[in-house]
Amino acid sequence: MNDSAAGAPLPPPVGLGLVHWIGFQTIVIREYGRIIRIWGQTLVPSAVNATLYFVIFGSLIGRRVGQMGGHSYMQFIAPGLIMMAVISNSYANVVSSFFGAKFGKHVEEMLVSPLPDWLIVAGYAAGGLVRGLLVGVVVTAVTLLFAHLRVEHAAIIAAAVILTSAVFSLGGFINALVAKNFDQISWFPTFVLQPLTYFGGVFYSVQILPGWAQAVSYANPILYMVNAFRYGFFGVSDVDVAGALLIMAAAVAGLFTIAVVLMHRASGIRE
Amino acid sequence: MHALSVRGLTKTYSNGVQALKGVDLDVEEGDFFALLGPNGAGKTTLIGIATSLVNKTSGSLSVFGYDIDRQIEAAKSCIGVVPQELNFNQFESPETIVVNQAGFYGIPRRIARVRAQKYLKQLQLWDKRDKMARALSGGMKRRLMIARALMHEPRLLILDEPTAGVDIEVRRSMWEFVREINSQGTTIILTTHYLEEAESLCRNIAIIDGGHIVERDQMSSLLRRLHTEVFVLNLRDSLAAAPQLAGYPTTLVDGRTLEVEVTKEQSLNDIFMRLSALGIEVLSMRNKVNRLEEIFMRLVEKHGTALEEGPGERGRAGESRPASRSEAAPLRGHGGRS
Ligand SMILES: Nc1ncnc2c1ncn2[C@@H]1O[C@H](COP(=O)(O)OP(=O)(O)OP(=O)(O)O)[C@@H](O)[C@H]1O
Ligand SMILES: [Mg+2]
Repeated sequence: MNDSAAGAPLPPPVGLGLVHWIGFQTIVIREYGRIIRIWGQTLVPSAVNATLYFVIFGSLIGRRVGQMGGHSYMQFIAPGLIMMAVISNSYANVVSSFFGAKFGKHVEEMLVSPLPDWLIVAGYAAGGLVRGLLVGVVVTAVTLLFAHLRVEHAAIIAAAVILTSAVFSLGGFINALVAKNFDQISWFPTFVLQPLTYFGGVFYSVQILPGWAQAVSYANPILYMVNAFRYGFFGVSDVDVAGALLIMAAAVAGLFTIAVVLMHRASGIRE
Repeated sequence: MHALSVRGLTKTYSNGVQALKGVDLDVEEGDFFALLGPNGAGKTTLIGIATSLVNKTSGSLSVFGYDIDRQIEAAKSCIGVVPQELNFNQFESPETIVVNQAGFYGIPRRIARVRAQKYLKQLQLWDKRDKMARALSGGMKRRLMIARALMHEPRLLILDEPTAGVDIEVRRSMWEFVREINSQGTTIILTTHYLEEAESLCRNIAIIDGGHIVERDQMSSLLRRLHTEVFVLNLRDSLAAAPQLAGYPTTLVDGRTLEVEVTKEQSLNDIFMRLSALGIEVLSMRNKVNRLEEIFMRLVEKHGTALEEGPGERGRAGESRPASRSEAAPLRGHGGRS
């Protein structure tokens, strides 16, 4: 009557598919609750930032810049500013929520439950997506106060924003997973993410750069995201849009795999 | 069916501490089981492996037949755990915490809300359900973790020092509560440093020390094995010196307090007759220490690691412990029938 090792696997006590689905929903609901609970930190700052950018760069400086990429400067930067908010908020949401869970130990609530690692990653990434999209909507609303936006390819806009948000949500997850202290969660956004975003064609078209700088810019993944998104509005882009979307989808798959593997190896959360 | 079955389990932490050195243990379904041991013995590590918070180094573990290497999700869905340290989000409310926990186990929200009411009421937290968890008292936080562990109605409930820092009244009501849960069929594994708690609640017991199980027995037969007991007598009149009672070693603690050591074969009547003959009147009597405590101390002392670690610095002491001492443990085999 040895019921420990060797025997054939027993049927599971509950339908695990349903457990997965409800567990996933629960993580997303919890993340949504967090975003709403601290809305002053999660939703408002991006609206304020976007307003400042529009007033200073769009209205004051933009008038002297004139046309950029065939549009008024205000219009040109609008999609980039929305994308910038989506990028930083998706990242910030997951990095602070998951690091908080790790630091406050309540990540253990999920680790002891039957939820598999990939589902926890997916749940947090979906939480980042919720934040990214909510902020995207808020910033778009602000944008419409300053600039007229017409939609050329709605599907491309949706694909670009969802893939971009997913990429940075997963990036935030990985950052939170490997970070050992609070410094290590602010390092990447400040020293990598922000510079890449500013040089990612939010404020200018890469066409105005000298040849070598253009070449360097094409190595910046954010350039592709911003341009694919802008293409959805204007129908013009500095890059090949289909290729850009493909690269983003590949990045989502790659980062997801890395996150799950790291989670499984337990770096930082399981002893 | 074994609720928990452990074979040859070892764990070496990345800093080189060997927390488990080959643990074999079976816990029957329906049991109320005590897992005792001094600080740093490996209790929390063992529980951590069962709940996948700690990755094992070698060996195997199964929960109701589900092997954690092959059917981890099924194994985990059978366990509810109340951890030693607080691990909920202090900024969430008790109700949110327990409802979400149920969700992680696949309980639909509608059902989870009903259960939340049931368990928060039973643990006297219902009127705090909307408060931030941070604002609960220490004892309430412990009870919240018990409610949380019950939300998916697990077949095995593991309690890692649930009564640490809980006042006597609440502790007693918690005992009643877990007794009730156990009588309804839930297997319970309890770790505690209050040995009278283990003695009164648990039917079976294992004592772990230095990463080895040094004793595994029924509570009652373990207590029967205790050969001598020390009784403390409270006397009416003050004595100048300890009286001579043939066959019973005595110590006078102070004028009115006398300690008498009694072996299992001797009788208390005999002692009282002798004391009466000497004109010594006894007002009251008690055990010097809790009987389980006595056994516990002997076992872990013999094993060579008795409480040499202060509670504040467990871990450090574990590292510096010479391996040879543990390896030469005289008690292995004695208790190793698990
Ligand atoms: N995360 C860790 N990293 C390194 N060593 C650890 C870790 N956790 C525990 N240990 C060590 O493993 C040994 C067993 O610890 P464990 O927490 O399992 O003991 P315990 O029996 O639960 O003690 P207590 O009664 O104090 O809770 C100790 O020597 C401890 O220092
Ligand atoms: Mg412990």
